[in-house]
Amino acid sequence: MYAYDKYDQAMVDARVEEFRDQAQRRLDGKLSEDQFKPLRLMNGLYLQLHAYMLRVAVPYGTLNSRQMHALADIADKYDRGYGHFTTRQNIQYNWIKLEDAGDILADLAAVEMHAIQTSGNCIRNISSDHFAGAAQDELVDPRPYAELLRQWSSFHPEFMYLPRKFKIAVIASDTDRAAMRLHDIGIQIVKNDAGELGASFYVGGGMGRTPMIAPNIREFVPLDQLITYSEACLRVYNRYGRRDNKYKARIKILVHELGAEEYTRQVEEEFAHLLGQGIEPPIAELGRIKTFFTDPEFADGAKTVDRSDPDFALWVDRNTHRHKHDSYVSAVISLKPVGGIPGDATAEQMHLMAQLARDYSFDELRVMHTQNIVLPHVRIEDLHALWTALDEAGLGTPNLDRIGDIIACPGLDYCSLANARSIPLAQKISQRFTANGKEDTLGELKLKISGCINACGHHHAGHIGILGVDKKGVENYQLLLGGSEAEDTSLAKITGPGFSEDGIVDAVETAADVYLSQREDGERFLDTYRRIGMAPFKEALYG
Amino acid sequence: MVDILRFRDDEAVDHAAVTVDSFVEQTNANAVRIEPSDDARDLIPHLAQIHLVEVNFPVFGDGRGYSAARILREAGYTGEIRAVGDVLVDQIGNMKRCGFDAFEPDAPLDPADVKAALNRWPEVYQESADSRTPIWNLRHE
Ligand code: SF4
Repeated sequence: MYAYDKYDQAMVDARVEEFRDQAQRRLDGKLSEDQFKPLRLMNGLYLQLHAYMLRVAVPYGTLNSRQMHALADIADKYDRGYGHFTTRQNIQYNWIKLEDAGDILADLAAVEMHAIQTSGNCIRNISSDHFAGAAQDELVDPRPYAELLRQWSSFHPEFMYLPRKFKIAVIASDTDRAAMRLHDIGIQIVKNDAGELGASFYVGGGMGRTPMIAPNIREFVPLDQLITYSEACLRVYNRYGRRDNKYKARIKILVHELGAEEYTRQVEEEFAHLLGQGIEPPIAELGRIKTFFTDPEFADGAKTVDRSDPDFALWVDRNTHRHKHDSYVSAVISLKPVGGIPGDATAEQMHLMAQLARDYSFDELRVMHTQNIVLPHVRIEDLHALWTALDEAGLGTPNLDRIGDIIACPGLDYCSLANARSIPLAQKISQRFTANGKEDTLGELKLKISGCINACGHHHAGHIGILGVDKKGVENYQLLLGGSEAEDTSLAKITGPGFSEDGIVDAVETAADVYLSQREDGERFLDTYRRIGMAPFKEALYG
Repeated sequence: MVDILRFRDDEAVDHAAVTVDSFVEQTNANAVRIEPSDDARDLIPHLAQIHLVEVNFPVFGDGRGYSAARILREAGYTGEIRAVGDVLVDQIGNMKRCGFDAFEPDAPLDPADVKAALNRWPEVYQESADSRTPIWNLRHE
């Protein structure tokens, strides 16, 4: 895992001092709220419905146990004893006082963490594959590239006031677990015919009110031009992205309005110019970063588990993922207990997960964009002990990628932009499908809920998506079907008129029933939908 | 409080800057003012005769001027680049990195705050238009 050197540490320390100074000037009245706002946002501090919310960056979702313990301590000391893991692989605290923010940032800096650029119209935290460095199907570990991009994008002087926020994801396998093509820039590390590694660039994807799947604009950027090419993509956007309308300011609109070809042409022109400017880091830096991501000392051991305990066997089947070493798996800790708040973890649970990472996973944890936690390298022979500890703490729910593994944004319970609540709906749906026993039979079914058109809950990318809207002052929910954020990326379509809060739970069950009655061998919900189309679902819902 | 902050030793241009359009028509002007929507590259053929480029920030959140300044420096322009308008102390560090060497903010800046802001960062991560060596080069010297 990456460790700061004196330079990285000095930078986060300086940031803490800068923020303390800015907060003081705000308190002294030297900064207006309008002037202070973008500054606090660039430190992840939002003003929400009831309090300040602080978003802490977890670069490419990777954490060690010391950091997870520190996150738990922050939850205890400054919040109400819990934190909320987000779809950006970050963690948010919902009950923060402005006066404490400087101290929290200092506590974070002490464990090589920060809240830098977790908000604001700048390049945000870089996300990646949560099974990076462990997955059997990856070409290389994508995280060194993400770390290089993290450094490049941190405090980038030219790109702090972009037209809008900017999100980058990096993956290195054909299976996309990071919704790569739904990012402003999605990068896949690939090999060319000569066997060299390079970066394939997808630009202009995104969710929000105008969801778009990013087109590929360049199939192969050599690794010693990665930063220069990224800079070219950003400069064209900074200069020509729309600034007249907040809702048209994301890069996806620029790429769409210019056309991918014209955008690419402009990027290539800028790239050719920037190649002469010497802005690329020495390639040795990538080599240095890679030394932090070498494999831990894997040891041979048992390759199967004792399946005599059915609950354990079910959890193993559902919540573990194939590892590149056959005596290991990656184990997913579900933060979606039945009836719980998706992504929430108490300080106690965070301490326990940290301890378990230390005991069983080479001191490493990952945050998934689906708001769960991964222990990436668990020996198969340790799985039973791990599961027992998780189960006792309420962390052993066997529902990865099932209908209960819901992504839900904070919604009207916290978010000042929300039209409707997301969390109670997630709770009702997971309860309904556990009670009626259908969660088991449904198999893989990704359900995602957003409390407004901003789509923080990724509803466009759900096999089933739910969007909260405001209908004459009453919360109303639209149902969408057929989205996917995986390598077969697609955008979900609205079924028709919306539903009330209870009505939408029924509607989800109706859609699930259509699938159950129509599915053919081995089909997931998404496959059946793609085969039979929207009509049978509409018929059942509104017919 | 200071009204204009210059990080250059030469004499300041003592007359008003003209718009890009009138500059291109007017052969004797040597001070020009760029608005956010202007293309800084239009000035490149004329850089030898320019002594001052003012880059206007009508609102501090419009970041196009940062690219404009860097593009001028990348083209070899060594004259003054002055940020004018809604220029706040928390932005001038990054502006300086992008090649600005003078600031004429609408609201005067507190010199102590300016000093603190400009001395804030021990190092920088990336290459820009200033002469600072990025961390990744320092690591591999
Ligand atoms: S989708 Fe809307 S309601 Fe949900 S968190 Fe985002 S902005 Fe808030």
